[in-house]
Amino acid sequence: MKDFGYQAHRDNTIDFEKNDFRIARFLLEREPSLNLCIGCGSCTGTCSTGHFTEFNIRKIHTLIKRGDTEMARKQIRQCMFCGKCQLICPRGINLRNVILGINRALEKI
Amino acid sequence: MNKSTIVVGGGIAGMTAAGELSRLGVEVTLVEQEQISGGHAACWDRLFPTRRPAEEVISFLREQTDSKVNTFSGRPVTEILHHESMFTATLSDGTILRGESLVLATGYDLFDASRKEEYGYGIYDNVITSAELEGWFKNHQPVRTKNGRIPSRVAFIHCVGSRDEKVGNLYCSKVCCITGVKQAIEVKEALPACDVYSFYMDLRMFDRNFEELYFEAQKNYGINFIRGRLSECSENEDHTLVVKTEDTLTGKPMKMIVDLVVLLVGFVPRSQNTQMLLKLKLITGNDGFLQPEDEHNGDNLTRIPGLFITGAVKGPVTIANAVADARATALQVYSFLHSNR
Repeated sequence: MKDFGYQAHRDNTIDFEKNDFRIARFLLEREPSLNLCIGCGSCTGTCSTGHFTEFNIRKIHTLIKRGDTEMARKQIRQCMFCGKCQLICPRGINLRNVILGINRALEKI
Repeated sequence: MNKSTIVVGGGIAGMTAAGELSRLGVEVTLVEQEQISGGHAACWDRLFPTRRPAEEVISFLREQTDSKVNTFSGRPVTEILHHESMFTATLSDGTILRGESLVLATGYDLFDASRKEEYGYGIYDNVITSAELEGWFKNHQPVRTKNGRIPSRVAFIHCVGSRDEKVGNLYCSKVCCITGVKQAIEVKEALPACDVYSFYMDLRMFDRNFEELYFEAQKNYGINFIRGRLSECSENEDHTLVVKTEDTLTGKPMKMIVDLVVLLVGFVPRSQNTQMLLKLKLITGNDGFLQPEDEHNGDNLTRIPGLFITGAVKGPVTIANAVADARATALQVYSFLHSNR
């Protein structure tokens, strides 16, 4: 196709027909409690890393469930595993295992 | 005629009030416009949050009213008059009923989903309402698309016709949230391979065991709850549907192809009541539902002594709350009939 030199905008839409749900499936199988999230944001509110950087653990795992892994790839290594997110979660989600799982999955997939 | 009352409406609230008043020794006449009593609940398969069969509740109420209460069914009331401390209700076939008191339990209508044109109800094949889905369950009809395919993705849309200024309904219909959770579980039970999504603004799990059912839906059934209101729905050539929302928890627009869309329709004031109620000069709130005299200490009373209101005629209500409200109303009617008027 002829290159006209225009830069196409990146699609910002979460598109369920195009996104890759392999990591989401891997994570939910490994840590089913992740499906209990109600999006309250307690995890992000208490996150030590999040207070100094763009790191937002709620967004990262929600986006993974939507098949969008870009934010996780860029940021998940910033987590310091302090575990405050897990202590505060009102739904009892094992967030340390979720984060560990994201790291594992990103190595494999 | 001594200590008599007319109960207009044979749904949950009307049947409960009629049954309780009859047990208290009041001479009760119950009027139901349909042939079958039970109101909207008679169209339900199983009830939230315990998923007991709706039939159990209705047959209990029928036992309380059948043969004990003078019942006129299959005929709507066309006019209610109040004159010299007596109430007169005229039925569509000309029958005239008289009573010293009257209980209005005329309930509600379901929101007409075709008014939200952007959702495509009545236009696209595979957009249905929660009431229709409940009917499928009740009639043991399998969950299928219009052309008989097994759906692999189903989307539930919360707040259809509720909390929406564009259709003039600012109020919350209260029961749709939990209905959506219940039906999502039931779809997943019927079709374990199907992915079920719920699009919501808020999930208002206000009553006992509601939150627990929501938890169960996530934990045991893997229902996917996405916070975002459906902005539009469009149909593909193969009659699947594209739903467009924002995933507000990630702040990104989202689109998804689904096989079936279920619209959780809310309550609206009963339109056929309007003329009848205008004549009685009863007051409605901004939401169009009847306004009681005192929302705390007289929530079954109206401006007319001897005329009581109960159940969903005052706004959205669960079955359990309609029963409680109707029992309270029965006591109010009883003490009115035994007071020195």
